[in-house]
Amino acid sequence: MKITFPHFGNVYIAGKAFFEELGQEVIPPPKSSRKTLEMGTKFSQETICLPLKVMIGNFLESIEKGADTIVLTGSCGPCRFGYYSILQRNILEELGYNVEFIVLDPAGEGFKRLKKNAYTLFNAKNIRDVYRAGKLGWQLINKADYITDLSNKKRAYAVNSHEVDAIIDRYYRDAEKTFRAKELMDLMDDTINELNNVKLKDGFEPIRIGIIGEIYTVIEPFVNMEIERKLGHMGVLVDKSLTPTIWVEHHVKSFPFGSKTERLKYKKAEPYLKTLVGGHGRETVGSAVYYAENGFDGAIQLLPLNCMPEIVAKSILSSVIEDYKFPIMTLILDEMTGEAGYMTRLEAFVDLLYRKREEKKWKSII
Amino acid sequence: MEKYYLGIDVGSVSTNVVLMDEENSVFYKKYLRTQGKPIEILKKSIEDIVKEVGEIEILGVGTTGSGRYLADIIVGADIVKNEITAHAIAGLNYNPSVRTIIEIGGQDSKIIILRDGIVVDFAMNTVCAAGTGSFLDRQAIRLGIDISEFGNLALKSKNPVRIAGRCAVFAESDMIHKQQLGHNQSDIAKGLCDALVRNYLNNVGKGKEILEPILFQGGVAANIGIRKAFEEALNMEVQVPDNYDVMGAIGAAILAKEEMKKKKRTHFKGFSIGSLEHNVRGFECDGCSNRCEVVEIGTNNRILARYGDKCGKWSNSIKNEDSKLA
Repeated sequence: MKITFPHFGNVYIAGKAFFEELGQEVIPPPKSSRKTLEMGTKFSQETICLPLKVMIGNFLESIEKGADTIVLTGSCGPCRFGYYSILQRNILEELGYNVEFIVLDPAGEGFKRLKKNAYTLFNAKNIRDVYRAGKLGWQLINKADYITDLSNKKRAYAVNSHEVDAIIDRYYRDAEKTFRAKELMDLMDDTINELNNVKLKDGFEPIRIGIIGEIYTVIEPFVNMEIERKLGHMGVLVDKSLTPTIWVEHHVKSFPFGSKTERLKYKKAEPYLKTLVGGHGRETVGSAVYYAENGFDGAIQLLPLNCMPEIVAKSILSSVIEDYKFPIMTLILDEMTGEAGYMTRLEAFVDLLYRKREEKKWKSII
Repeated sequence: MEKYYLGIDVGSVSTNVVLMDEENSVFYKKYLRTQGKPIEILKKSIEDIVKEVGEIEILGVGTTGSGRYLADIIVGADIVKNEITAHAIAGLNYNPSVRTIIEIGGQDSKIIILRDGIVVDFAMNTVCAAGTGSFLDRQAIRLGIDISEFGNLALKSKNPVRIAGRCAVFAESDMIHKQQLGHNQSDIAKGLCDALVRNYLNNVGKGKEILEPILFQGGVAANIGIRKAFEEALNMEVQVPDNYDVMGAIGAAILAKEEMKKKKRTHFKGFSIGSLEHNVRGFECDGCSNRCEVVEIGTNNRILARYGDKCGKWSNSIKNEDSKLA
């Protein structure tokens, strides 16, 4: 069994070490690139949302490298993601690939199947093995996210923000060469050290922007065109409302009650949206309110073209903007998105926030 | 020697240059078609300044537009700013109480909402170019009328036709259909203006609170038919500034002036750049599967800039400060 999985931000780093630790052979897909997208677009339905296309590209590239088993999580809300595994299996079958799909559906969809899948995947004989594996995976994801978050913070304050990019790029390159958890943990510690040694500007007060929206676009840098880096280089402190850690905490670790962070978002969203609308629509609204209440300067909503839950959220966000006088910009991404226009919007939004802050300061002096 | 600030706006369709004095008034302006060769047009416009104005001193340079980074590389800018900020600054300079700016250029259209002199909201056209200058240009050619006559023709209409303006392709086929039915040209021109305005307000202006005073900027503002259609649709007065076509460049010049309060010397490379030979070379990097198309701009055996790579392998390999685009 040679395992692969779609790219999802930094998850592949933790995922690779995690499965290796369990004695599985892992073939992570090459970093998502234009080629990935081209392949994915070619073989997917034209009107399907962007994540499916990128994932198909990931799978094809992994299969080329020898993978024969695809691991994917499932979902059962009113969002197309729940249907991804079925559609993707069909697409790959039609292309003549005979690969195994292991879908970790939520327990509500049948606990027996989840148990069977988890046992095969984790090479486990009993529940204790599963638990041990889970604990390790949790540590790895936590640390990988910590590095991403740390790099975002350092980039905003750094004297030379490109230095942070160099460290992170090197870390990503080296991570692919490590084997098992210990080596990866060591590399992560070195990276954290390096990041902490980056020279920072004195007394600099960055603009703070929260990134909200559809989880895949928020997390996968190829799809959101490295929004964290782009904003970081403009001296913006970026906070992401969704990370792999937050997802795991909510869906796995705190199952079935849900995590504190996510329940807080539901609470914040309640005056506007009381119910699940699929995907992370409710969380998007809740996060926007959270950022507005916590002194952020603005928020950016990311969504793939024709994402249903986020379209619902988008129309509700205009009330949040009105009520909190909180600027939120929506950016829609698909395979046609041009980088120049994207950059212009980001720059203009940051300008807007700077001027707004200056005005506020000026008013408070009077 | 007289002293001016230089503002440059390199857009998809036009390249605009202005010289502005300390009192923010425009001394010289030039509107040129970019024609897909921004570097040459840029150099020509710099040369033209010397020819038409004579020897002057440049105090500071600001660039904007989609080619703002390129202009920075060629001319040497003190500030590089996005179009939205530049247009807002220029609009405020024209009318400090402005609350809405409608800007329609060659390939994009924007709305900028200002309150008490600061930008509070903006939007740009998202995934569609229907209703921008290029679209109008094309339809004018199809109708066989000069684009500068288009607006006046639309004003003559007594019975405008309704054209589906949601999408450029459908608008075109709908227009042909109306043509074949025998509608006269002025009614079709007016119909197109209405369709464009409808599309703009439904798309870009959706959910925005449009309040007077309204400024209409960008190349399309020359079209009196569109202006009229806006006034009819909004039931408000729409003003067109005198220098509507070079507002981006004016904004860039004003920003340069502000920037030079903090700096001692301008980055301007001098008027001699007009006669320099620039070589542009493009190649595909095969370092990874991204296969980035890297562009390299050089002059006199010196590489000025490289860009287009995602990873910074090429753009960071040059040491001069102004080459970091990534």
